[in-house]
Amino acid sequence: MELGPYLVLATLEGAVMAAVLALTACGLSLVFGVMRVVNVAHGEFFMLGAVFAWWIASHIGGAPAWGFVAALILAPLIVGAIAAAADMTVLRRIDYDPERTIVATIGLLYILQQATLMTYGPDARPVEAPFNTRIAIPWVEWTEAGWALYWPWGVATTSYKMFVIAAAVAVLAGLWGLMTRTRIGLLMRATQLDRDMALAFGIPVERVYALVFGLGAGLAALAAVLIVPIQQAHYLMGHDPLLLSFIVVIIGGLGSLPGTILAAILIGLTDSLVSVFFSPTLAKILATLLVALVLVFRPQGLFGSRAS
Amino acid sequence: MSRVLALHLGLVALLLAMHFVLPAYHHGNLARVMVLACYAIGFNILFGYTGLLSLGHALFFAAGMYGMGLAITQLGAAPAPALLAGLIAGLVVAGITGALALRTVGVAFMIVTLMFAQAGYLTILYFGDITHGDEGFVIQPAQRVLWGLDLSDPSWRYLAAWALFSACLIASLALVRHPFGRTLTAIRENEERARLLGYDVALRKWVAVVISGGISALSGAAYGLLFGYAGASFASVQYSIFPLLWVLLGGAGTVLGPFIGTLFMFYLIDLTSGITTAYMLLAGVVLVLLTLFAPQGLVGEVRRRGWGWLP
Repeated sequence: MELGPYLVLATLEGAVMAAVLALTACGLSLVFGVMRVVNVAHGEFFMLGAVFAWWIASHIGGAPAWGFVAALILAPLIVGAIAAAADMTVLRRIDYDPERTIVATIGLLYILQQATLMTYGPDARPVEAPFNTRIAIPWVEWTEAGWALYWPWGVATTSYKMFVIAAAVAVLAGLWGLMTRTRIGLLMRATQLDRDMALAFGIPVERVYALVFGLGAGLAALAAVLIVPIQQAHYLMGHDPLLLSFIVVIIGGLGSLPGTILAAILIGLTDSLVSVFFSPTLAKILATLLVALVLVFRPQGLFGSRAS
Repeated sequence: MSRVLALHLGLVALLLAMHFVLPAYHHGNLARVMVLACYAIGFNILFGYTGLLSLGHALFFAAGMYGMGLAITQLGAAPAPALLAGLIAGLVVAGITGALALRTVGVAFMIVTLMFAQAGYLTILYFGDITHGDEGFVIQPAQRVLWGLDLSDPSWRYLAAWALFSACLIASLALVRHPFGRTLTAIRENEERARLLGYDVALRKWVAVVISGGISALSGAAYGLLFGYAGASFASVQYSIFPLLWVLLGGAGTVLGPFIGTLFMFYLIDLTSGITTAYMLLAGVVLVLLTLFAPQGLVGEVRRRGWGWLP
């Protein structure tokens, strides 16, 4: 068997991962960019998205597609509302002090994770994909009759995975539009640039913060709903997305959305390609060390420009 | 001065007296609490007194534990040199990561330490054939005889834990009253001013990281030796969060706080885990409540409400 088809396959898997990662990391990046706080509980909002997706899908009868569509709309809204409530009850009261916020969100992480363990339980549960057609990947080969197309055995993806990529691109485009073309995006950007000046101009900064915190968590939940038909929902599933989002956000430059998306594509693809050749643990060790060294020696991120 | 010394020596004497009166279950628990309190004392020197919040102290704890454990299982070392190996491993790791992480400040420092600890945890998993990853490995009772004292025996174990804790407590008291410790507090309060007064702030912060990492490593090594087990879970994020929780609960920047916090949290978790498997829920609730309502912790509150002389 040639290596070529496997590389194509790894690239496609990597693209799915990059798509989900881009959504999750953009949520984290948005919160850091506007509010200047690090949300350690971000991975748990991802996990809640997956768990609510299972809960909604299992309560709606009929074709699996209906349950999935309902989950896709409702789960991010519920998770966003929980996050906004946490922002108003906890983070606002400690005045978004960066260090105390980290401690408080660590507490929030355990509360959400363990509450899920108590209610949802320790099992991993699947959500059925709305459609899941197998798509074989063709490969070209030189035969005596010239270049010929053939379908190597076992090299295939599914229509659902392609949908995940398309959906992530659409959501990110929507987010871009929201930030640059709408009034609420303008308010968010104004708050990001100068909180006190925004307050002086009558922008309800506290409400903007709650909205941004909810929006960030909602993006993570949306990513989780998209991935849950591929990966099952489990109460500990928030750990890896949190770590990877940190890596992506830091490499992309803290708080910069285009940098975050670029870094998500880079990390998603390399992680999947490196895992073909090396052990995944080694790949993770190298990635975490890379992040630490980027923060030490190039705090503006690999793609960021040195901010004032 | 004398009442400070009397209070701390009184605690040490009380813990020794506990050895003779406590029932077996609490006797075993208190031995554990004392070793873990040393970990909290190490963390407190960096967090409470120097004002640097590390989210990766499990790296040092595990460096001590694995430095000790691997010296025994791989090299066949005796317990005393193994403990020393654990301490040296912790000092070296703290020296290197400290030098790198201290180039950053604030939130970046927390994330860098978190990432280093994560890399350390994954490294333990990666070398699974000698560390046995998450399963960990057991240190046999025959390998735990220190100077003729069998540390697998509950009595000697308690006394060894007590000796280590007393040494760490008195050392931390001496450190914070020493001029060097006072400059650490000065750095915490106002780094710019400390620099202006002519102190080498960068060097002092690095020394604080190394001292803090060394005590944490010693605690990790002792924990592995006394309880006969080393596992990757001791290097996980959870074990970086625990000392933060203990110190915040007891009172950051107080000498007694780490012990009080460890004792309270240990029993809170012990009681909760009897009711539900989701005992970490309690840790989360306590963390949020502490940041909201009592950022000074228990001993910090006592100091604020009258006992201003508490170190």
